[in-house]
Amino acid sequence: MSKGLERRKAILSDPIAQFERAVEIREFENQVNALFASGTIRGTTHLCLGQEALAIGLASVLRTDDPVSATYRSHGIALALGLTTESAMAEIMGKSTGCCGGLGGSMHLCDLELGLLPTSAIIGGGMPIAAGAALAFQIQGNDRVAVAVFGDGATNIGAFHETLNLAAIWKLPVVFICDNNVYAEYSRINLTTPIEDLHIRAESYAMPHYALDGMDIDVVREGIQSAVDRARSGGGPTLIEAKTYRFAGHSRADQALYRPEGELESWKSRDPLLLLEERAKRIGKMRESDVADLKARIAKEIEATVTLCQGAPEPSAKTMFENIWSRKVSQ
Amino acid sequence: MPAMRVRQAIATALADEMRTDPTVIVFGEDIAAAEGPFKTTEGLLEEFGPIRVRDTPISEMAFTGAAVGAATMGMKPVIEIMFIEFLGVALDQLVTEGAKMRYLSNGKLSVPMVVRASVGGGLGFGGQHSQTLENWVAATPGLKVLSPSDAQSAYSLLRAAIQDPDPVMFLEPRVTYAERGEVDTNLKMEIGKARVVKPGKDLTIVALGQMTNIARQAAATSSTNIEVIDLCTIVPWDKKTVFESVKKTGRLVVVEEQPESGGWGSEIVAAVSAEFFGELKAAPIRITCPNVPVPYNGGLEARFLPNPTEVNYQIDQLMATGKAPQPWWIREGF
Repeated sequence: MSKGLERRKAILSDPIAQFERAVEIREFENQVNALFASGTIRGTTHLCLGQEALAIGLASVLRTDDPVSATYRSHGIALALGLTTESAMAEIMGKSTGCCGGLGGSMHLCDLELGLLPTSAIIGGGMPIAAGAALAFQIQGNDRVAVAVFGDGATNIGAFHETLNLAAIWKLPVVFICDNNVYAEYSRINLTTPIEDLHIRAESYAMPHYALDGMDIDVVREGIQSAVDRARSGGGPTLIEAKTYRFAGHSRADQALYRPEGELESWKSRDPLLLLEERAKRIGKMRESDVADLKARIAKEIEATVTLCQGAPEPSAKTMFENIWSRKVSQ
Repeated sequence: MPAMRVRQAIATALADEMRTDPTVIVFGEDIAAAEGPFKTTEGLLEEFGPIRVRDTPISEMAFTGAAVGAATMGMKPVIEIMFIEFLGVALDQLVTEGAKMRYLSNGKLSVPMVVRASVGGGLGFGGQHSQTLENWVAATPGLKVLSPSDAQSAYSLLRAAIQDPDPVMFLEPRVTYAERGEVDTNLKMEIGKARVVKPGKDLTIVALGQMTNIARQAAATSSTNIEVIDLCTIVPWDKKTVFESVKKTGRLVVVEEQPESGGWGSEIVAAVSAEFFGELKAAPIRITCPNVPVPYNGGLEARFLPNPTEVNYQIDQLMATGKAPQPWWIREGF
């Protein structure tokens, strides 16, 4: 079994492993942030701080042959699905050992073995693709399910509406998950959208829909499982709105100074890491000292990952000309 | 060999591929029950049923993206964009998602899909239903771009497109749908290979789609011994055939159905100029449409499109002087 598949298996039910993965994602994102701030990594990045429970809840419910089409804010989803920190960090650093050979970057992670389709950096861009994957499964007559994860901002783009309608009319085995982290780039969702509960938009497509607490992994798991079961058994698509909160700005250039006072602090009182820690102690019988040890160990591991990736080789110029078409054609 | 209309050749190619390969599926607006507004999908629903032949909502973005997604999961979707202009609202899914899938999956994903679209002027459809937009898709690495000119190439190239493991844009000149031609269903044509449709010695015309027929008509009445090449594929275009012809004739005229700016013909002229610098007997030129939208009025639309009279005027001037003649709109002071 590959390391990725082992990592996936680890978080399927064990509350300690799920907490550990959340700590890993948090630490990973903090390191990425620091590396961008110091100029070690180029380009841009979009952190998922505060959205870890949704990522892990999703990964723990899906099978590895259920493809996920996610977004440019998907380091957490990728790691939750099982992508190794080395593969993700190397990609973000543009190294040849990255999951896309260093040609994708922070916004373009991918691992087909784990069901991670290339993440899309276009708002709503992954939604029609998930529907298409689901169409393939429907025609092939298997019981695979496709998932699209997208942000609150995507609910205002045409792809969202067109895809919901198409999936509904064809009864496709697809689950749409709107990760409503309150901000679409630099704009609070209420400034651009006249409704508060985004999931109700599925009503006009006669599609089952509901909101759930995206900070609580048990609620996330239950909500996604129910939609996945419906899709798998031929019941068609569902729109889920996971209420989360983006602890960081949109991208590395954004200090998020537009937040109302106290909003961040209020959400942080329900930080998914706190909830997962409490749960690991309650169900997994973790002790305070275990938690401290775990955090220290993960911090060290991520540091080691960074060092390893910094020493990884750069991709050769030749790789730039590969993977354009199935067969290289000199032009 | 049976004579078929181009639209029948397309429907036959689709049916033959669907019989051969159960992963081929077809969807688009009004292509199933209504058999397509141009009747290019005639008989498919009846033979293959509603699972493989589907009508979609008027949602080009969703169904183009659905084709990308289905292609990544083992299907070979052939979708129809009724008029190429409707690709505008789906361009993200084709250009930014589909064409990048292989690259952004480090070579792990293939996207064997075909986007069929009707293109071009001559039917009085006006400014928003008469363009070819060839240059839009030609500028996207990852896509292959084909355009047939007659029933045979429509049949053979469409089959090649469906069999290809990469996303292919298949541009069907609307004006040719009703035209008849003999079709040898055993004849294979390759993506990236041009056809010499009329051999000649003194001047090479490179054309595409319905311009191939314009070039043939011009060549038939010209006093110059013209070789006409039907390019068939814009990306990747057949340098070998074009270069061999120009090496022989020393003169190149590209006839394109699109506005002058940014056309694929510039690529051909640039490549030929670089390859044969100092050896050409005349300036390599392009005959294009002017940089204006397609006019509705019949007389104006006929002037807008390259036609045999203008092609022959340009060629006569070129043969006499060796210099690039002005296009008609400059000559007439527009």
